[in-house]
Amino acid sequence: MEKQKSISIRNLYKIFGGNPASMLEHVHQGMSKRELLHQHDHVLGLSDINIDMYAGDITVIMGLSGSGKSTLVRHFNRLIEPTSGEIWVDGENVLEFNEDRLREMRRLQMSMVFQHFALFPHRTVLENTGLAQAVRGVSATDYEKDALKWLERVGLKGQDQQYPHQMSGGMKQRVGIARALTSNAPIMLMDEAFSALDPLIRTDMQDLLLELQKELQKTIVFISHDLDEALKLADHLVILKDGVVVQQGEPQDILLHPNDPYIVDFISDINRARVLRVRSIMTPISENAAAKTSGEVDADDTLESVISKSEGDVGQTFTVMKDGQKVGLVDMKILVQALVPTSAAEGGMRQQKS
Amino acid sequence: MAAYDFLFDKTGLRDWCGESSNQDGPMTMAELLARKNNNSADAGSESSLSLWDLPFPSLDQLNEACSSIARTRDLTKGMESAFLGVKDSLKFVLDPITQPLSWLLEGALYVFVETPWWLMLIALLAIVYLASKSFKLMAFVGSAIMFLAFIDHYEYAMQTLSIIFVCAILCVIFGVPIGIAMSRSNWLQRIMIPVLDMLQTLPTFVYLIPLIFLFSVTEPKLYGIAIILYAIVPVVRLTDLGIRLVDREVIEAADAFGMTKRQKLYKVEIPLALPNIMAGVNQTIMMSLAMVVIASLVSAPGLGVLVLRGIRNLELGVGLVAGLGIVLLAIILDRVTKAALARINASSSVSSH
Repeated sequence: MEKQKSISIRNLYKIFGGNPASMLEHVHQGMSKRELLHQHDHVLGLSDINIDMYAGDITVIMGLSGSGKSTLVRHFNRLIEPTSGEIWVDGENVLEFNEDRLREMRRLQMSMVFQHFALFPHRTVLENTGLAQAVRGVSATDYEKDALKWLERVGLKGQDQQYPHQMSGGMKQRVGIARALTSNAPIMLMDEAFSALDPLIRTDMQDLLLELQKELQKTIVFISHDLDEALKLADHLVILKDGVVVQQGEPQDILLHPNDPYIVDFISDINRARVLRVRSIMTPISENAAAKTSGEVDADDTLESVISKSEGDVGQTFTVMKDGQKVGLVDMKILVQALVPTSAAEGGMRQQKS
Repeated sequence: MAAYDFLFDKTGLRDWCGESSNQDGPMTMAELLARKNNNSADAGSESSLSLWDLPFPSLDQLNEACSSIARTRDLTKGMESAFLGVKDSLKFVLDPITQPLSWLLEGALYVFVETPWWLMLIALLAIVYLASKSFKLMAFVGSAIMFLAFIDHYEYAMQTLSIIFVCAILCVIFGVPIGIAMSRSNWLQRIMIPVLDMLQTLPTFVYLIPLIFLFSVTEPKLYGIAIILYAIVPVVRLTDLGIRLVDREVIEAADAFGMTKRQKLYKVEIPLALPNIMAGVNQTIMMSLAMVVIASLVSAPGLGVLVLRGIRNLELGVGLVAGLGIVLLAIILDRVTKAALARINASSSVSSH
């Protein structure tokens, strides 16, 4: 199952200020963000970004505020112009598009969901949902069926004649998602789509997104500042700090092998047992195939569920099943080791060395 | 003799000044007074120059010491002759351009006054209903107009109303596009804001002065231009503000879904700025009413003429009743536009998030 590259970012730089192009030289020579700001009064927004995003994946770009993640996602549909670099979408360089082609791409290939919903307050929910098609020139009667279908799918059946101000934040964002889905674009950009919602509604929306994604297989680029959210949604996780990609890869992998103190810091607070999956720590089956185990667990189970199954007995071993096949073994001792926070493990290693 | 003689003596500019102190410009009031005083008092009480008595070196003072320097009266006189100099060519350009305004005003005046009163009343009430959807307001407007008709001020009120009608519509036609252009370009906004400030603060009578020179006082466009210049300011300002206040994320969404500039303007920016634009229209109408009264000085018909008569002939009652009529008109116009504004606000209420 070879995945298709959908969006590729190559050597992308964005510098804010009076004369960004002339500052590029300084940045190439390795001038830091701080120096550039103090000596030349330009802000280095993004520096040498290289990311591949695959079709059908959820790519989560995570970073704290000011890390450039919202700036980055606005480059994909050129709401912001880069200072230098390349942006390839489905094999075409977006930066070579003229105005008409760019508009066509925005209409047909990409849709976007915004942090503060950005619904049109003077239009009904139905008109908002059908926006993308209306912009293309489809009449209201023609887009109505699509729009109603997606409104129902996000749980807003029967509310299509309301105005956005009559709705709660969670409902507005459901409209935002329905609007993006009604455009039928293969790529969906979600800029902190759930950050403005309360925690419970946020969890609901994440579940909704995962459920929709299972069925639709869109290419989703999701921006978030919340690590739990990122780990829950991501097939591919990109961690951004001060406009630089610090680490990217499979989320489980980043969690087990963080390559930067910044990320170690970041992941020190999360509940590892709930996020790590059995498949990331199991031993493949080939080695001791006939070993006696105390039960079976699924490869996608969280470690937390395995712990509750073992009832706290660290002497047990479980067989890992995937699609009905035995694929590996998981020893409770290894499992507990995986739960040791990375910072503590590093400290331990340092003590051993000295 | 004069206070600043020393300045020209010391700097050796005396020759440039010339000895002759005979004035060839018009005589100023100060000079007249001085001549009178000199006759009564003993001429030439030699002034010993003390710092306490030193006048500000104004043009008039310097002229006393050195006749080569122009007096302030010469300055205003110069402006006058400069204006008179370009007047003919200016008139040549402006006259044909503004002629339609005269026709519009004359036409509206004819329609408003010549339509039978009962038909006019029905038409006005229909407009009120369309704008406000309120029977209460309709009843108020109906009784106010009938009261004015009852005291024989109907024709004057209609004249005033017709002028406001034409001028307010023209203000919107010109003001909204100017406001939109201002919201698009920071550069234009920087230029326009001082101009708008000036138009708004210039005393209303001052508008009339250059216009009287340009057009004959019998032409309706004279007061039409004065009213439009004065009343266009709020609609321009609030259109600019309204469009600039549209939520940036909503504009971004419009871009992200591939709207063209035209789609963005007509489907997003103007609808969302409409409450502000309507507030500007309300202000524009109120300011036209204020100006139409003053414009009666230059032959604008209507209730203002009666007010003017009250002042000129000291007919207290006539002036006061006409003033009351103006207040009634003001209340009608304000209530109706506010009701329309409230309806717009209710239908597209911008939620806070």
